[in-house]
Amino acid sequence: MTIESIAFSKRIRAHALRMVQRTNSSHIGSGLSMADIISVLYAKVMQVRPQEPDWAGRDRFLLSKGHAAAMLYAALHESGFFPQDWLERYCEFGSPLAGHVTHCKVPGVEASSGSLGHGLGLACGMALAGKVDKASWRVFVVLSDGECDEGSIWEAAMFAPFHKLGNLTAIVDYNKIQSFGTVAEVLDLEPFADKWRAFGWQVTEVDGHDHAALEAALATRDFNGPPHLILAHTVKGKGVSFMENKLMWHYKSPSPEQLAEALKEVEAG
Amino acid sequence: MRTAFIETLVAEAATDPSLFLLNGDLGYSVLESFAEKFPGRYINVGVAEQNMIGVAAGLAMACKNVFVYSIANFATLRCLEQIRNDVCYHNANVTVVGVGGGLSYGTQGYTHHAVEDIAAMRALPNIAVLCPGDPAETRWATRALVQRKGPGYLRLGKAGEPQVHPGAVEGLAIGKALRLKDGADVTLISTGNMLQTAMQAAERLAASGIAAGVVSMPCVKPLDADFIRGEAGRVRLVGVLEEHVRHGGLAEAVALHVAECPGTKARLLSCHVNDTIASGLVGSQQQLRELMEIDAAAVARRVADALAAKA
Repeated sequence: MTIESIAFSKRIRAHALRMVQRTNSSHIGSGLSMADIISVLYAKVMQVRPQEPDWAGRDRFLLSKGHAAAMLYAALHESGFFPQDWLERYCEFGSPLAGHVTHCKVPGVEASSGSLGHGLGLACGMALAGKVDKASWRVFVVLSDGECDEGSIWEAAMFAPFHKLGNLTAIVDYNKIQSFGTVAEVLDLEPFADKWRAFGWQVTEVDGHDHAALEAALATRDFNGPPHLILAHTVKGKGVSFMENKLMWHYKSPSPEQLAEALKEVEAG
Repeated sequence: MRTAFIETLVAEAATDPSLFLLNGDLGYSVLESFAEKFPGRYINVGVAEQNMIGVAAGLAMACKNVFVYSIANFATLRCLEQIRNDVCYHNANVTVVGVGGGLSYGTQGYTHHAVEDIAAMRALPNIAVLCPGDPAETRWATRALVQRKGPGYLRLGKAGEPQVHPGAVEGLAIGKALRLKDGADVTLISTGNMLQTAMQAAERLAASGIAAGVVSMPCVKPLDADFIRGEAGRVRLVGVLEEHVRHGGLAEAVALHVAECPGTKARLLSCHVNDTIASGLVGSQQQLRELMEIDAAAVARRVADALAAKA
């Protein structure tokens, strides 16, 4: 049943839209494109204990595309890691929640991010520690497509299969629009899935907004197999018609009128 | 220094099961003993320094005590942002070990001269920057960084540096300077592999009637500010010796504290790597030192000149 995660995804989209509107922040398009991915992770897949955020047996989640922080914070709030008033103070002076993912005094955040190309290497280190310790927890990391221009991603992409990190799942939010143009225009990644396969990953391509497909892809792992790369085909700005597939929503924040319209669309699903 | 480092690390790893050693495909004839004794905690990550630091930070976030090893520039400058964001920002328990600090690689050229690494590392938060001056200090520094939680930078020279301390070093602590020799006229403060040069310069000065003290300052960050201010109030000249450019090195750090010392009349003499010469000339470590006037004879002469000018 995906009712749970779909409802979760509507709530976090609404939170994030309000957060960026209130603070005139960027990157709502990037958040909306991965909202379903992290909803399935937090509502259906990952083993975490919001009341015990440092529980040693927890699954680890890293958001390598740290600019989509608002959506992650919304998911952490909806999971019970911190109260809603934290979201309301997003990007305010003295608030724990910065515009890019920060770990400082934020329960549920494993690592800060914001500069691209860091998350996969960190995830490899965590997964390696889990493997050495024969732990049962898994490591999940969400990458953007644009950040796969970074050489550091491919250093880590070589490392993970060689070290047989079967406890590692990387999800690429492949919305096909990067910071200053489409992926096809800026630095085409295709044949993208084949690149990961050639590096030794088990690759699953999914519709990154299909909760059932995401859950099926994310649900189980063979710890003795290769690391898993989920190439999630997504739509930048997904869920708000006038934001979908528009580069400008990497930067713009909605007006109060646009927010009201966006919230209606999100609620209607 | 390399030998002292690896012997100490192997000894520590025997009692600390969380200790890991990563390297960027460098360490031939140095790291093998660790790899043989602790194969499950030794990883050559390949020629991929950014990933080496990322993996190290990820391991540290999962409660491991991680050392990474490469040639100093590759281990620091190539992956500077990973050290800044992944290690220092998270206060992760990762020690970066850079071999070939300063001009150690001599004729191998500028790509291998690590002469800006101290500046880059000491600008970062939470990190301890240790540049031992001889094998004895290397043993102390390695142990200190194994035991300290948080980021560290251990800057080594090469193999075969002379022992300056007569035995195991005593009285050092992170953030503390160590006086090796007393002298009322001038204090020579040395970091890293300039320690023997400082001692030799002091001997030359003694022969010409100048009492030069020698202080080893392996810990560039945190810096022993109280000690520096004490010296600035006591002697006429403070000399700083380092195989590093002036920008962001020990001399700049010392100068700040000398300048802040109330009523000081001490002047500062900086014996550092000249970055314009460093980038354009082939020479051995000793030849380059002579060219840059940071060998023992030049240091002694410059100290004598500075004291004479003062008078």
